[in-house]
Amino acid sequence: MGLVLLVPILAPLVAAGLAAALGWRRLTAYVTLGAALSVLVTGILLAARVESGTRFAVDHLLRADSLSVTMLLVMGTVGTLATWASVGYIDAELRHGHTDRRGAHLYGVLLPLFLAAMALAVLANNIGVMWVAIEATTVATAFLVGHRRTRAALEATWKYVVICSVGIALAFLGTVLLYFASLHAGASSAHALDIDTLLNNAAQLDPDVTRLAAGLLLLGYGAKAGLVPFHTWLADAHSQAPAPVSALMSGVLLSVAFACLLRVKSVVDLTLGTGFLRTGLLVVGLLTLLIAASLLVVQTDFKRMLAYSSMENMGLVAIAAAAGTELAIAALLLHVLAHGIGKSLVFLASGQLQAAHDSTAISAVTAVLTRSRLVGVSFAVGLAVLIGLPPFAMFASELSISRALAGADLTWVLAATLLLMTVAFTALVRNGARMLLGTPEPNAPAIALPGTIAAALVTGMILSLALGLSAGPLAQLFQSAAIQLGASQ
Amino acid sequence: MSLATYTGVLDLAAGAFLLAAVLIVWRRELRSIVHLLAWQGAALAAIPLTEGLYQRDPGPVIVGLVVLVLRAGVLPVLLLRAVGTADNERRESTPLVNTTSSLLITAALTVLAYAVTRPIIALNPTPATRAVPAAFAVILIAVFVMVSRRRALSQAVGFLVLDNGITATAFLITGGVPLIVELGASLDVLFAVFVLGLLTGHMRRAFGGTDLDQLRELRD
Repeated sequence: MGLVLLVPILAPLVAAGLAAALGWRRLTAYVTLGAALSVLVTGILLAARVESGTRFAVDHLLRADSLSVTMLLVMGTVGTLATWASVGYIDAELRHGHTDRRGAHLYGVLLPLFLAAMALAVLANNIGVMWVAIEATTVATAFLVGHRRTRAALEATWKYVVICSVGIALAFLGTVLLYFASLHAGASSAHALDIDTLLNNAAQLDPDVTRLAAGLLLLGYGAKAGLVPFHTWLADAHSQAPAPVSALMSGVLLSVAFACLLRVKSVVDLTLGTGFLRTGLLVVGLLTLLIAASLLVVQTDFKRMLAYSSMENMGLVAIAAAAGTELAIAALLLHVLAHGIGKSLVFLASGQLQAAHDSTAISAVTAVLTRSRLVGVSFAVGLAVLIGLPPFAMFASELSISRALAGADLTWVLAATLLLMTVAFTALVRNGARMLLGTPEPNAPAIALPGTIAAALVTGMILSLALGLSAGPLAQLFQSAAIQLGASQ
Repeated sequence: MSLATYTGVLDLAAGAFLLAAVLIVWRRELRSIVHLLAWQGAALAAIPLTEGLYQRDPGPVIVGLVVLVLRAGVLPVLLLRAVGTADNERRESTPLVNTTSSLLITAALTVLAYAVTRPIIALNPTPATRAVPAAFAVILIAVFVMVSRRRALSQAVGFLVLDNGITATAFLITGGVPLIVELGASLDVLFAVFVLGLLTGHMRRAFGGTDLDQLRELRD
């Protein structure tokens, strides 16, 4: 049983080793796809077993509970789509001379390493190890963001590495302070940072030190989750990264970082009560939403537009976490999964648009629906998911989050949130319509679509629709995650 | 080692640690900034070394030696290799904040550090914990260095000073975090600096310099 938990970490590591030895080949690309699928399968296998309680493995170093399983499902799904699309993406980049064999080799190694680091982050039972894994994602993705080596890509990479490293360094300081508090609450030094130890000893932690630690952890993991005030890297990195990497960063990395914050919150709330982090998350969430919505309105670049849409959604997720009820947390997890799949669709489709036009300006792209049916429909479906249209799942999750906010006496927050989301909605619809509709110009370039990317897009659309029509057994998983995180009724 | 010597050496190390950060704010020559960083690494290593000798425990001594090699040796060397050879590359360009104001801000940040760390000292008033304000001051100064410098390398130095400050805090309040976390964190920092070093090389080729003011293609 315990060894199953190692699969999501080891399978991508094996794929990375193989890619390092053999370079970029069909074989290594498909082994990476297999590794991503194995993350998904592990998530599905574990889903039923963790509802009764948390499972531990490797001497309490790893844990699996409903939150980790949910994150494994998000990572497995988006990872499968992204690694599948990577095959066609890198082939096309090589053909157009945007990268060379060495670049493709590096991509083949770093992509699975990125997956392994994220898997470790959600499965770690020790918040120190969790921190190490999150920092490792920064290192692994640095050269994925700068994969094209253009000036803009280098600029984005520099900002990404510097801002995220500073943010995450603050999270380390918070972790150290929590360790200090935990030692003084009577924990042994080897297990003082274990999540189960912290949960058990939460009532004895020194409130003043814990408050300092919680503030630093909120800022630190918030940086990786794209929340204010360290959000400035996000649009640059997401717009410069290769499309499959953007899908993974936006769809998975942000929510993995947020899941770390949920873990911290479950401990801190027991020590300080829910008030402290609720205030923090509300301020950060509303400011993030405000910045994202205002920049969406003036956006002229479609990849940056998608990046700000990610920020908008992370802001909403932070607000839902602040509400903190069972309904809110369960809705938040559904939101994260639906957002991951929807974002993969739009980012993968936008990668093909960028390749065809050699530009990411919204004004350069028109009539996609008539020029390439599949790319156009995928982009449209992805956008529909992201703006929360029924029958897709984000309609249900946004409705539930609104109900939870109203139920938690946060009516003014609900009003502000709805207003900002309407602004974002309008901007996305307007820009989306400009790109998708209209009559094609006579000299418009053809939009190529490699088979593997087409397959990923079709799969993503089917998954989005299926998730929207029925969350099925997932609803129970989300519910149990909310209960395990100590959400109020 | 007697308690008085232990306290004295610990305070001396913490003082030298803070002084190195202040001197980094003062200096503009990139090479001497990196040399100061190496000195700061040595002062940092002295903290667990003193702790280990005082408690006759080999664990902190080994950690201290590893820290010494990494922070006073490997990381500064990695950074020195990234310093350009061109004349305009070797000095910090016109600073955003002039030296006098920078030093005044540094003093203010140090006072702030004393205020912020009061709950930590209250929880466990030992000689080591009493030195924590110095480490926190270094953290705040590092953030200031990162926002007020314009050379890519100065930002990398700022990041390492920040990391030194956090590691010093960890040593002072808890005698270091668990080994697996310590190892992982050191490895991550090493890789991050490696990445930053490689990036400065790429940037110099693409932009003809490492002045961060040239990073202005991406904005809203």
